[in-house]
Amino acid sequence: MNDKQLPAPPEHRAYLPAVEPERQITDWGRSERVEGALDKTLYEFLYHYWFRVTVEGIEHVPSTGGALLVSNHAGALPPDAAMIAKAIKTEHTRPRPLHLTVEHFFKGYPGLSMLVSKLGGVPAHPANVHRLLHDEEQLVLVFPEGRKGTEKLYKDRYQLRRFGRGGFVESAMRARAPIVPIAVVGAEEAMPVFGHVRPLQKLTGLIYFPITPLFPWLGLAGAAYLPAKFYIRFLEPIPTDQWGEAPWDDKGLVQTVAEEVRARIQEELYDMLADRKSVWLG
Amino acid sequence: MKRRVLITGVSTYWGGRLAQELEKDPANEAIIAVSPDDPACALERTEYVRVGTQHALLRRIVHAAQIDTVVDTRLIVDSTTAGRVGRSLAHEMNVLGTMNVLAACGGPDSPVTKVVFKSSAHYYGCERDDPSFFTEDMQRPHPPRTRIESDIVEAEDAVREFAARNPKATVTTLRFCNGLGPDVRTSHTALLSLPAVPGILGFDPRYQFIHEDDMVGALHHAVVADVPGVHNVAPDGVLALSEIAGLLGKPFAPILPPWGTSLATALTSRMGVRIPDEVRQQLRYGRGLDNRKIKQSGYRFALTTRETVQAFAAALRLKPLRESGEAPYRYEREVEEFLRWSPSVHRDESGG
Repeated sequence: MNDKQLPAPPEHRAYLPAVEPERQITDWGRSERVEGALDKTLYEFLYHYWFRVTVEGIEHVPSTGGALLVSNHAGALPPDAAMIAKAIKTEHTRPRPLHLTVEHFFKGYPGLSMLVSKLGGVPAHPANVHRLLHDEEQLVLVFPEGRKGTEKLYKDRYQLRRFGRGGFVESAMRARAPIVPIAVVGAEEAMPVFGHVRPLQKLTGLIYFPITPLFPWLGLAGAAYLPAKFYIRFLEPIPTDQWGEAPWDDKGLVQTVAEEVRARIQEELYDMLADRKSVWLG
Repeated sequence: MKRRVLITGVSTYWGGRLAQELEKDPANEAIIAVSPDDPACALERTEYVRVGTQHALLRRIVHAAQIDTVVDTRLIVDSTTAGRVGRSLAHEMNVLGTMNVLAACGGPDSPVTKVVFKSSAHYYGCERDDPSFFTEDMQRPHPPRTRIESDIVEAEDAVREFAARNPKATVTTLRFCNGLGPDVRTSHTALLSLPAVPGILGFDPRYQFIHEDDMVGALHHAVVADVPGVHNVAPDGVLALSEIAGLLGKPFAPILPPWGTSLATALTSRMGVRIPDEVRQQLRYGRGLDNRKIKQSGYRFALTTRETVQAFAAALRLKPLRESGEAPYRYEREVEEFLRWSPSVHRDESGG
């Protein structure tokens, strides 16, 4: 047998493309330049002065290896993703870039298609999440509520929507990456949605056309946020390698875990809201 | 190991280049090239037979020459090329041609032990809800949009069926991303040769480009090494189109409107800038291939996408100088036959 001469089958990780330091855009389409420019100006201002973000439990974000961050999602033009990324960059002992999974809609809409991918948005395809989590060992942020979270009306604030079909749990299990639940308070009040204009949504081809306190009354300036006080709480990670060989085949288990993550975030939100004295001052 | 190789499509750039590459290795003791048209590049010892894809004729050649390796580089994967030969002829060449070539290689008494099939990443199509990196086992999420795409899918189905029926043969399918280089002509090389790189307003698609030498290298790798199954062939690095324009030193001009793009491309086609449907889709959504399987099989890409684009930029700058120089190659049957068979021609030992 010549088996001995053959090298052991290497992991797929070994054949990932090398980092090209001359480039400013990653293979995912993320641009350091665009992201850095926004980070130094707008995000910096929003994080420190406008939303005055208070972060708890940043140590629950692992320093190495892939991890799936799961958060609640709110606001017509949701500021939560940018603030979570900024929180990791500012507070964590070993800051890492965060990839955000976005709906396929964003890849198909002119303008947004360019911008979202430059800022670290990746189409929410299971293969993409797996490559990021397992092969590249990166941090990935998902909002399982998706647009159901951002389009919900102000009267439904902090009521978590359905967590999809648990696809995010399946992805984490396959990648054997921990799930870090995140509870965000403040995004609901930063740009609350009071209603939707269906005909204008149809006309513009957007996923929704909301009515907020400033939009569409002030035109594009209506995309400004109200200065709500932000709290971001990272919760204890849930390891996904505790259920044996191929837990993703057990759809019941996947649903149970998804429901558990949702319940933990919901509980935490109630807890944080009970302590909050003022929407604007905290 | 001695090899006896048959190459189809030697009138295309790829077939000719591969034949040249195989000629360098004396282990390839016989290289037969077939094609309905004359070879595209100068060949030393490759024997050229002018024949289409009639499977009875091909079968006779395969058996008579005891061919063990067949490389099918004939597939038309560019709508511009297809437009030149005619849509229905292109379809015939792609689908029926592939079936005929495979029929000539199959059967219990066939000497063929290896089939290498050149395919294209257009197999996956290009849609909004694509993954960022296609792996070989992924099906395309939507049915084919264009004639070329459905041709490729049908041709690959035929290859898969052949592989299932002939388990003894090593069947390799190589899905290439867009090619780029000084000598290759595709819709994309035409677009990138324009004074500005056109795009669709509001989109900055992700692209991989493989250098022509790497394309030949990958085909050669499949002939020399045993790499059964489907393999994506795309170099490392997925570049945004704006990045590519920057490397070429040209402005990125997103002049096509995001809505009504097909009307606009119909208009540009009339003005001489051909943007076929596949290219239009790529200009909108881009495409990335996962290349880890072919890398794992031992192939090393000479250039990354970035280096490929840089090499192309250098070639573009040299183009006006080179064009005035040498005349393009033309196949002359009498001269070639004289050189190969005449006793008066002095040959060294390694030559044929």
